[in-house]
Amino acid sequence: MTVCKSCLRHSHLIAHLAPRIAGLLDRPRPRPASILDLGEHALIETVAGPEREAAAFAFLEQFDADAALEALIESHLEAICRHAAQYPEGLRQLTDAPRVLYCTASPDRLGELLAEPTVTVVGTRKPSPYGSEVARELGRGLAAVGVTVISGLALGVDALAHEGALAGKGRPIAVLACGANLAYPARHRPLYRRVRETGVVLSELPPGCRPFRWSFPARNRIMAALGAITVVVEAADPSGTLITAAFAADLGRTVGAVPGHVTSWRADGNNRLLREGAATIRGTKDVLDEIYGVGNTPTYLIDAASSHALSLEPRLRAVLDGVEMGETLGEIAARTGMSAGAVRSALGELEVAGLIVSGALGWYQRVARR
Amino acid sequence: MLASIATFALEGVDSREVTVEVDVRPGLPVFTVVGLPDAAVREARERVRAAVLNSGLEFPLKRLTANLAPAHVRKAGPSFDLALAVALLAASGQLPPEDLESSAVCGELSLGGELRPVHGAVAVAVGARQAGYRRLIVPSENAAEAAIVDGIEVLGAPTLRGLVDLVTGRWAPPPASAGDAPAREPASWPDLADVHGQLDARRALEIAAAGGHNLLMIGPPGAGKTMLARRLPGILPPPTFEEALEITRVHSVAGISDGRLADARPFRAPHHTISPSGLVGGGSTPRPGEITLAHRGVLFLDELAEFSRPALEALRQPLEEGVVKVTRGQRSIVFPAAAMLIGACNSCPCARPRAECTCSATDMLRYARRLSAPLLDRIDLVCQLDASPQLAAVKGRPEGSATVRERVLAARELQRCRFAGTDVRSNADMDARLTSIHVALPARARERLLTGTRHAPLSARGHDRVLRLARTIADLHGRPKVSLADIDEALGYKLTVPLGVAA
Repeated sequence: MTVCKSCLRHSHLIAHLAPRIAGLLDRPRPRPASILDLGEHALIETVAGPEREAAAFAFLEQFDADAALEALIESHLEAICRHAAQYPEGLRQLTDAPRVLYCTASPDRLGELLAEPTVTVVGTRKPSPYGSEVARELGRGLAAVGVTVISGLALGVDALAHEGALAGKGRPIAVLACGANLAYPARHRPLYRRVRETGVVLSELPPGCRPFRWSFPARNRIMAALGAITVVVEAADPSGTLITAAFAADLGRTVGAVPGHVTSWRADGNNRLLREGAATIRGTKDVLDEIYGVGNTPTYLIDAASSHALSLEPRLRAVLDGVEMGETLGEIAARTGMSAGAVRSALGELEVAGLIVSGALGWYQRVARR
Repeated sequence: MLASIATFALEGVDSREVTVEVDVRPGLPVFTVVGLPDAAVREARERVRAAVLNSGLEFPLKRLTANLAPAHVRKAGPSFDLALAVALLAASGQLPPEDLESSAVCGELSLGGELRPVHGAVAVAVGARQAGYRRLIVPSENAAEAAIVDGIEVLGAPTLRGLVDLVTGRWAPPPASAGDAPAREPASWPDLADVHGQLDARRALEIAAAGGHNLLMIGPPGAGKTMLARRLPGILPPPTFEEALEITRVHSVAGISDGRLADARPFRAPHHTISPSGLVGGGSTPRPGEITLAHRGVLFLDELAEFSRPALEALRQPLEEGVVKVTRGQRSIVFPAAAMLIGACNSCPCARPRAECTCSATDMLRYARRLSAPLLDRIDLVCQLDASPQLAAVKGRPEGSATVRERVLAARELQRCRFAGTDVRSNADMDARLTSIHVALPARARERLLTGTRHAPLSARGHDRVLRLARTIADLHGRPKVSLADIDEALGYKLTVPLGVAA
């Protein structure tokens, strides 16, 4: 077994005190995790309060490590503690690394995935159609060249990145803010199942533990520590996504951001990161440049990730320009002097060529760069 | 004494023969109606009594029993009044029974003895002709409408007294003809020349009209979706005689016919609060719904996303099969429902033009999901409307309906020749087999269709839809073979839905 009993007990104590932690820590700073790292007695003293202390100590007394291990097997989870050799190196750099990491696959499998370059893709729960497209394409493009995509399975960007990674035949890692055996949010149960089947689902909380407000920022530090790079696709300011980016920056990891519309509040966060010096991410290739250094990306990876060269006929180029600018088809026809039928014809051709994709109902948008 | 007369009861848009028998015999003066009459039919006793007496005829003070045969079918409505009165007069010796043998009657009575018009005179006349009656007597107001049907002599009577005179030969009016109805203004639809800009929507409307395809218009409020839809009937071909008869029959049953043969296709635009049975028909006595009233015409559903889910789901079968089947108890009634569906909605919940839209992808996905997927599956093409007023100021007068209609008619003529001898009327009706026969693909097109799109390869249904649409586009250009550009254009009209996580 890759977990020692004292670590196991500590993590169950956290789950036991979780509702109390919620009362103490609804703000991202001081880092919830710094509390999580306290020793058992200090943790109880800080969190439990006088009336709960006795109950917490009783919990420690009665804790049955064998039963906990039994429960692990029952929920098909594995546990790795800080003292195990298989514990991810990236996490060791955290000052408040989780004592135990519960995962849905074997520690060796997790090790395999983390041996590849890792990229954490995060963003808002409510992305624009543009943000959705970029998130999915990043996930797909990175997975297709063998990068391990890490995200949080949340609504919006997280799920789209996972979805893209699965579409790109990758093995994504999902880090949850609840027990790793729970699909949260419930709406993503099918996605959870697919990630679990092909990749790994991780959590620092024991099986069955429900999510708390504080457990999301705590989860974010794990995502930031696991990824060699953290890419923010679209994020409001302030937001949980920016907390992840701050964790990554604190660890000295590269933070990348996708440029967003400056008029959109949805993109205030990522645009601010860019302004503050984050790497500009326009697509998979930019991420690869960050991983391998500009120009050092192995050529076979570039070939797989880059799209075919754009040598379009002028009429297709003109329509594509219109789609990029968000014109209606009538506007494109009026601007180019093409007939409405010819514009639709060009659209059909562009879609089959994979250059545009549906955005809103009945609308097209440009696909993300590779 | 016993006498009987034939009348016809509506059942959907058909009519069923009902024999009204009246037996008069000595006894206490009571008047009983049997044969599953509803309240309105039972009340007929009072109307008949008053009408007979007020017409100067004799109402026998004897035991009267009326039976409506076949006795197991429910009878509803006031249209049995006239038959009851006529059978009663014959049974009491005031009308010669032999003169009634080859006649059918149908009408409602007023207390004063006037004949009031009934719904569905065309269906009644068709039923009477099929049942082999030589003569049909109806209220004067219904005469012209019923006379649209050939092969039966239709006589209009203003009053019960007039009917007696007519049967006994004291009055011999000429048979009614379809031309008797008051002249109607020639059908005039608003002209496409009033629509400036909207190039994409105009093109899509033309293709939809040419091939009978269902169309979804997407655009912000006030862009002119309703305006465009109202102009569709004006570019559709006029109904053929059979179609006109079908339209008139449906409208006559619904009581919205003006008594003449329909010369234009119907345009129905129900409000989005409509109930499922209002849309597809229903009720305890099944009545036609909006899609039946739009038969051979256009059903326009504005704000498609606001219609109730059950109402939209109810549309699936009629759109697929062209008929509505309403089952009540053991009976199942079939209403015709071959209408073109034109839907209109916004592209997202905030309904603002694209550049000002603030909706998240999730909001958009949720909005799109409100439209039922199986319904969207029946929509062949989608178009976008412009909201920008600059486009309206485009130089020159836009093309008028007459010009567009000429191209549509030419394309329809090609389809008529193509489908001669089959039930299929337009490209939109082609099934997979006909599609494979009539759409020869250019070599490169096949490969293009196989590629599909990045997120979704074309489904078998989507594939056929593109082919049918391409066929219509080629027909509009007079091309016997579908070209690669036609396929591309057809692909371009495909409905695109927002990106989302499979949940």
